[in-house]
Amino acid sequence: MSDETIEEQAPEKLPLDGWHRAQGGRMVPFAGYEMPIQYEGIVAEHDWTRQHASLFDVSHMGQLGVSGEAAGEELEKLLPGAITSLKEGRMRYSLLLEENGGILDDLMVTNAGPQYGLVVNGACKWDDIAHLRDHLPDEITLTHYDENALLALQGPEAVGALSVLVPEAAELVFMTSDYFDWDGVPLWISRAGYTGEDGFEIAVPAEHVEKLADALVADDRVKPAGLGARDSLRLEAGLPLYGHDLSTETDPVSADLIFALTKKRREAGGWLGHEHVMQLFDDGPARKRIGLKIDGRMPAREGAEVFAGDTMVGTVTSGGFSPTLGHPIAMAYVDTAHTEEGSELEIEVRGKRLSATVTSMPFVPHNYYRGSK
Amino acid sequence: MPRYFTDEHEWIDVEGESATVGITDYAQEQLGDIVFVELPSVGTMLDKGGDAAVVESVKAASDVYSPINGEVTEANGALEDDPALVNTSPEDEGWFFRMTIGDASQLEGLMDEAGYKAFVDSL
Repeated sequence: MSDETIEEQAPEKLPLDGWHRAQGGRMVPFAGYEMPIQYEGIVAEHDWTRQHASLFDVSHMGQLGVSGEAAGEELEKLLPGAITSLKEGRMRYSLLLEENGGILDDLMVTNAGPQYGLVVNGACKWDDIAHLRDHLPDEITLTHYDENALLALQGPEAVGALSVLVPEAAELVFMTSDYFDWDGVPLWISRAGYTGEDGFEIAVPAEHVEKLADALVADDRVKPAGLGARDSLRLEAGLPLYGHDLSTETDPVSADLIFALTKKRREAGGWLGHEHVMQLFDDGPARKRIGLKIDGRMPAREGAEVFAGDTMVGTVTSGGFSPTLGHPIAMAYVDTAHTEEGSELEIEVRGKRLSATVTSMPFVPHNYYRGSK
Repeated sequence: MPRYFTDEHEWIDVEGESATVGITDYAQEQLGDIVFVELPSVGTMLDKGGDAAVVESVKAASDVYSPINGEVTEANGALEDDPALVNTSPEDEGWFFRMTIGDASQLEGLMDEAGYKAFVDSL
């Protein structure tokens, strides 16, 4: 076989490609797209998000619609969460699973009224579409909204900035969504995100996304932020990243995502992977995803081995320096015997042992808006 | 005092029998916010092109190579408390380590300031 047949395709450009470059974004290939990793700097963008509001372009993610009679029931055969009981405008975090319980992707599913909306990871979207099409009956329509862009406006001042353009969006609470009209442009806005902060995700037709991005950053509270800050923010928030902390080699129980397995559905079953996942649920997993606080300043990265004395007990799946906390943090899969909060472990980095303590996640408290008290 | 550059974006200042090594402004700009620098200990024997130090930015770890052969005589302790010095003053206060000059002829293969500038412009 010649090399030519396996040549990789050049990354695609996002609808906002020119806008990112004009804003000073440094573009890198990610999930098949050229995406901004940073503008002024990862730490500055990270801190700005925690204090004010940042605009992230997440248009690489897959926006899917599932419609047809009994679409909810059909989705429940593939997702371990309660879908049919999801009220209109409500959303939940869920997982696409293999028969053996391996995680194909993590996603957000929304009852969008006439249909269910799914937002899936960019790097997985084509495989997800194939998986859904394979398993959903022909009467169920699967639509890929690839003409839509997706922006995430995240941070404590996101609500103030978005309210200037769409006042009614301020009434959404965490994990709810609705249609809004902005100057004749239809927006599907969800109060959600992946930074641990209050904020919104805004689906917008690609031809209007530049106008919307301009209008948002015209507000002094909002600056663009890149993939680098998105990664350090989600790590501090304890949120797993598919392809690193989640994969087909992991399962919902080991990944400590039991909250995504609705109790009723755990008991009733009827979803792909149920048997294997419940076996792990009942027996307890051999290893579990945990958080580690690391002493000193040297970060431990993905792939670093975790030790209890001389015994290797786990592997780091995400790690970096926490700008908010001022020390390194990591997620790791560790043998269950060593996952109790406060357990002292060591991580090997370039032949050195770093002291680490098992810590509950999130590392930095979430700041979601759940309604006025 | 002459300053030389490598195509891996290290600089080396030569002063008599001793040399000071750091990374260039271009390198720190590419790496972004630096949070930790792992420096070689005094007495370490370095080979030209071999691993000498590791720079950890928020996003990744990057190797720093030795521009020439020699023995480490001093490491910049200021980077322990303030690794961001590499971002704010890469070619001065943010130096990495000092070393002996094991083989002066190795300096001849390195770039001067004008050569390095042209190299960076070509990237």
